[in-house]
Amino acid sequence: MSRSRRVLAPYLLILPGGLWLLLFFVIPMVTMLSLSLQQGDVVSGYVFTGHWQTYVDAIGNYRTQLVRSLIYGAITTIILIVLAFPVAYWIAFYGGRRKPTYLFLLLLPFFVSFVLRTISWRYILTDEGMLLGPLKDAGLLADNFNILGTPVAVIFGLVYNFLPFMVLPIYVALERIDPRVVEAARDLYADPPTAFRKVIFPLALPGVFAGVLMTFVPASSDYVNSAVLGSSSTTMIGQVIQSQYLTSSNYPTASALSFTLMAVLLVGVFAYARALGTEDVMKVAAR
Amino acid sequence: MQSNLPDPSLIRGLTQRRLGRRDALRMSGLSAFAMALAACGVKGTGSTAPSAPAPDAVAKYWAGKTSNGKVDFANWPLYMDPKQPELKKFTAATGVKVNYQEVIQEMGPWFAKVQPQLAAGQSIGYDLMVITNGIQFKQFVDSGFLAPLDHSKLPNYVANADKSYADTAYDKGNVYSVPWTSGITGIAYDPKKVTRPITKLADLWDPAFKGKVGMYSDTQELANFGLMALGIDPAKSTAEDWKKAATKLKEQKSAGMVRNYYDQSYVDALGKGEVWITQAWSGDIFQKNVSDGTDFKFVIPEEGGTIWTDNFAIPITAQNPLDAIKLMDFFYEVANAATLAEYINYVCPVPAAQEQIKQDAAKLTGDDKTAMEAVADSPLVFPAQSDYAKLHYYVDFKTVAEQQEFQSIFEPIVLA
Repeated sequence: MSRSRRVLAPYLLILPGGLWLLLFFVIPMVTMLSLSLQQGDVVSGYVFTGHWQTYVDAIGNYRTQLVRSLIYGAITTIILIVLAFPVAYWIAFYGGRRKPTYLFLLLLPFFVSFVLRTISWRYILTDEGMLLGPLKDAGLLADNFNILGTPVAVIFGLVYNFLPFMVLPIYVALERIDPRVVEAARDLYADPPTAFRKVIFPLALPGVFAGVLMTFVPASSDYVNSAVLGSSSTTMIGQVIQSQYLTSSNYPTASALSFTLMAVLLVGVFAYARALGTEDVMKVAAR
Repeated sequence: MQSNLPDPSLIRGLTQRRLGRRDALRMSGLSAFAMALAACGVKGTGSTAPSAPAPDAVAKYWAGKTSNGKVDFANWPLYMDPKQPELKKFTAATGVKVNYQEVIQEMGPWFAKVQPQLAAGQSIGYDLMVITNGIQFKQFVDSGFLAPLDHSKLPNYVANADKSYADTAYDKGNVYSVPWTSGITGIAYDPKKVTRPITKLADLWDPAFKGKVGMYSDTQELANFGLMALGIDPAKSTAEDWKKAATKLKEQKSAGMVRNYYDQSYVDALGKGEVWITQAWSGDIFQKNVSDGTDFKFVIPEEGGTIWTDNFAIPITAQNPLDAIKLMDFFYEVANAATLAEYINYVCPVPAAQEQIKQDAAKLTGDDKTAMEAVADSPLVFPAQSDYAKLHYYVDFKTVAEQQEFQSIFEPIVLA
């Protein structure tokens, strides 16, 4: 191999990925940033004016939804950790030779679009549906009681849809634990809870971390669950952005809100990484 | 006084950072970025489009157009018998195949969806669409997105349409559109849950129905009810009135009255018992009762309802405009207008259809006959002049700024 080719090789290797990122990440991001600083209307067109006031107005008008989304995202993530950890633990340590089957069952819902699955929940949870209907007929619930349209329904939908994304990373982390390490802990007189607290849980933390990344960010910016299972009192920021783009054709406000959401989530994730004492977010997430 | 300080330019040079090569590069990079930002403007199409088309626009558009034997038709749900008898008849008579899709449920999303394609001069996949008079209709016209109609290709329309439709504010002379049907926005309720008769708009603010009230997410529909509840005529309302109406609607919302703000899915929500009382479009409730055997009631409130018109229009980028205009005209044959009105129970733009429906009724017996006679006599299908006194028209926007102000007042109610 000639010298020049050896020098070029790394650049050639990065070229496809680099072009991909440029085309589908950098350009859209710059376009969106530009859009957020434009003024005009959809009929006569939007023109770049460097109008930062859009950010001030957008955040002022939709602060409630932004905060609500972060709260829903956080609650969802906490519930997910509580639910997913035992499942992952059980599959990793007691799954035996059926492990692949259990993992397959976990992934089975992915064979149907999550929008369709969320819509099915609508039918189950609806005011006079198969769940509430009989209870109301029996007089156990008030006639105007409802689950749909409440934060409970939305968070339930989020938890339901994101559960596998929390189980899998935790499972992978637990699966990698060398059983001899746990045995060593027991040999050193750690009772099972102590072994779990001092050995297993710390070793599973990178999985929990990855799981949080994979659930908190999309759950906070989700708009399907709130649109299908919620009501106007559960509107999340994703819905506002969607509606600004796709109902009002108000591209600047929609872009400004997208950027704000992205910034808030980035800051949140880095703060979380700091608090956890991990030095490099990506290093942990990539494990 | 003579200063002891040396030449000011020297001081400046000593105290300020000098621009190095690196800074120059960085700045040129930044300005390139700024230029890139500025270059991503979204092109509009409206500024050049005249509100009245050039005199030769019709001839120019229709010159050289040929029939392709198919038409893609975008309409709203609950706007035709699901068995599509009229379309089958059309295909049998003309050989033109119709791909009928119920893809429109609200005007805002529909305009936002097709706007980018139309602005780029691309086909939206439909040759014919049904759009409501209002904000988005004006946006379609102002953007130059609608094909000017050749009335010589619409003989049935010319012969049979109610003449008053040629004199509307939103499309005078039916330059870009002809009516599909008109409808009335009123209140629908489920008498099993709402035990007293509903008569007025204030009933939508009644605490007895807390959390069981449905309102529209379309800002115009929502605003109209807020305005009329305060006794203001929407067509004559001002920005001051809009703010008052918004306050009224916010009270309703913050009191927990409103279950949700709906597009056409309100029909489903009423059917499932999620709402007991809701804003509704006249014909929807009739069709729901017929198809699902429900017994929902529709009333025009004492304060009035609103009347709107849904219109046939051909997007400028249509692939099969000749077939589309043929289908348009087909619905103006009296017999077809009659069967359509019989099923959908919306205001029929063909007055002669009333007689036709009576004749159709005469051929039937028993309950079917009674039902059909009821359609012919229904004020919701053939309103008498006196019925119109109770109906209001949409807010009429003079400028884009006015319309944006209106949106910014009512949007937060739906979203927040």
